[in-house]
Amino acid sequence: MSDISAEQVRHLANLARIDLSDAEIATMTTELGQIMEAVASVQAVATPDVPATSHPIPLKNVYRADVVADVIPTDKALASAPEHDGSRFKVSAILGEEQ
Amino acid sequence: MAKAKLMDYDKALELFEPVLGFEVHVELSTKTKMFSAAPNNFGSEPNTNITPTCLGLPGSLPVVNEEAVRYSISLGLALGCEIAESSSFARKNYFYPDLAKNYQISQFDEPIAINGNVEVELPNGRIVQVDIERAHMEEDAGKLTHVGGSTGRIQGAEYSLVDYNRAGVPLVEIVTRMIEGAEHDAPELAKAYVATIRDIVIALGISDAKMERGNLRCDANVSLRPRGSDKLGTRTETKNVNSLRSVERAVRYEIQRQAQILADGGTIIQETRHWHEDTGATSAGRPKSDADDYRYFPEPDLLPVVPDPALIEELRAALPEKPADRRRRLKADWGFTDLEFQDVVNSGLLSEITETVAAGATPQAARKWWTGEIARLANAAEGDEGIDISPAQVAELQQLVDEGTLTDRLARQVLEAVAAGEGSPREIVEAQGLAVVSDDGALIAAIDEALSAQPDVLEKIKDGKVQAAGAVIGAVMKAMQGKADAARVRELVLERAAAL
Repeated sequence: MSDISAEQVRHLANLARIDLSDAEIATMTTELGQIMEAVASVQAVATPDVPATSHPIPLKNVYRADVVADVIPTDKALASAPEHDGSRFKVSAILGEEQ
Repeated sequence: MAKAKLMDYDKALELFEPVLGFEVHVELSTKTKMFSAAPNNFGSEPNTNITPTCLGLPGSLPVVNEEAVRYSISLGLALGCEIAESSSFARKNYFYPDLAKNYQISQFDEPIAINGNVEVELPNGRIVQVDIERAHMEEDAGKLTHVGGSTGRIQGAEYSLVDYNRAGVPLVEIVTRMIEGAEHDAPELAKAYVATIRDIVIALGISDAKMERGNLRCDANVSLRPRGSDKLGTRTETKNVNSLRSVERAVRYEIQRQAQILADGGTIIQETRHWHEDTGATSAGRPKSDADDYRYFPEPDLLPVVPDPALIEELRAALPEKPADRRRRLKADWGFTDLEFQDVVNSGLLSEITETVAAGATPQAARKWWTGEIARLANAAEGDEGIDISPAQVAELQQLVDEGTLTDRLARQVLEAVAAGEGSPREIVEAQGLAVVSDDGALIAAIDEALSAQPDVLEKIKDGKVQAAGAVIGAVMKAMQGKADAARVRELVLERAAAL
């Protein structure tokens, strides 16, 4: 039995700015539920003495020295933008979502 | 924006206990950004300090700035925190164009520093311990300029322009635990806490710490608990507070606003509020998202930070004296009264006086100059440039007074010339011939002339009415263009009058 509800899928879609139809939400609810069950089967074999990991390779402390290197020229950076004013990227005004 | 109804502050405190919490963001002054080799410079032309990583372009990869990690560890230690054995980065997902990649790299469940404590001293001398929950590393976001609409604010804007120079600048976010018991001092505590963090990062040399530039930013959480209740109220988080004075005002405003709503039977909405410097009020922002809505997950492009214990000890040994310890030491060394010392602290003159004393002046003389004449000149100076007087110059000026070359009045005149950039005090004395006339011969000549010009005064002095000498002293000081020691002139006037 899936732990995922249609309401959760609708909320996630909204957060991800993806416009889903009711039919798509129904499909996604089933599919995400199956994914959750697959993940849960991994949890079944995990034991408390295995620490959680976010990386498959045991590397740590990969650093960069604090030295300035090349930047992208402004015109090149702006070239791929749909709109700009010559020095800044132009975006639609979005209300109430600043962090 | 409709102005909210505010309850009288004292009445609000009678009915409710304020509970506070702060999130302070500190921009680190590394040469490059947190995850890319782009310059970390303020005030550059828009979009000139950017790399593919700052723009989140496909194929770009973040790499951690080692210096930023060292700075963060130092800050964690200065806040009395434990440094995590292993700490990792996470993606905080949200859609807003201040970051181009639709997430901010931050830390979530494994911050670099946890469980600290800072001592905060209030203007009234009360000391409050503020517990630090965590300090974590993250990247700053770009700067948006809203265009169109009448106010220049986001409301009514037609479009926004984005400058990513600030995107990726290293930040440390310092989160306090809930602060109870501040009571009446809550607004002052808010200001003093942020000032303490500022003093710490300045002493560490890890941030420019200029609030007006956004190097140091404070989000203030305020909630009210009805007296006699142990249930916490709903909190609001006020953002965009960019001066110490505003932090204090914003907290006071929120206490008064929330108290009025609760007293009227209303409920507080958990939300972000924006502080408006011009109106001195906060306005509603977005409803506060649940942490879940950020869908944090481990940043797959970055590896854990596992600081070498030897590095931590090296950084601990290099920590500067804590600001609170420094204040206690200086107060004892200088022998100032509580009032004198508080005046110096509140004026932010500790370093100036320390350096002036190191240059040879007595603490009292240094205090007198900095809190008196120099403060007056600085206030009178036009614009916000301030005035350029060094501690060494102040010590030299005081030395000229001590050796009798300058009277206090002449010294003030020389100080003005120093402020005007005319040179060192000694150079100015020589260039303008301002030294006190200490040659008794010259003084006596002027005194004799003044006495013979005012025979009636001479008679009065001879009759024992010494206060009449004032007129003669005045005439002599005028003749000497003020460059005489008035006390010595008085002595000589009485001597000459007796002899004549």
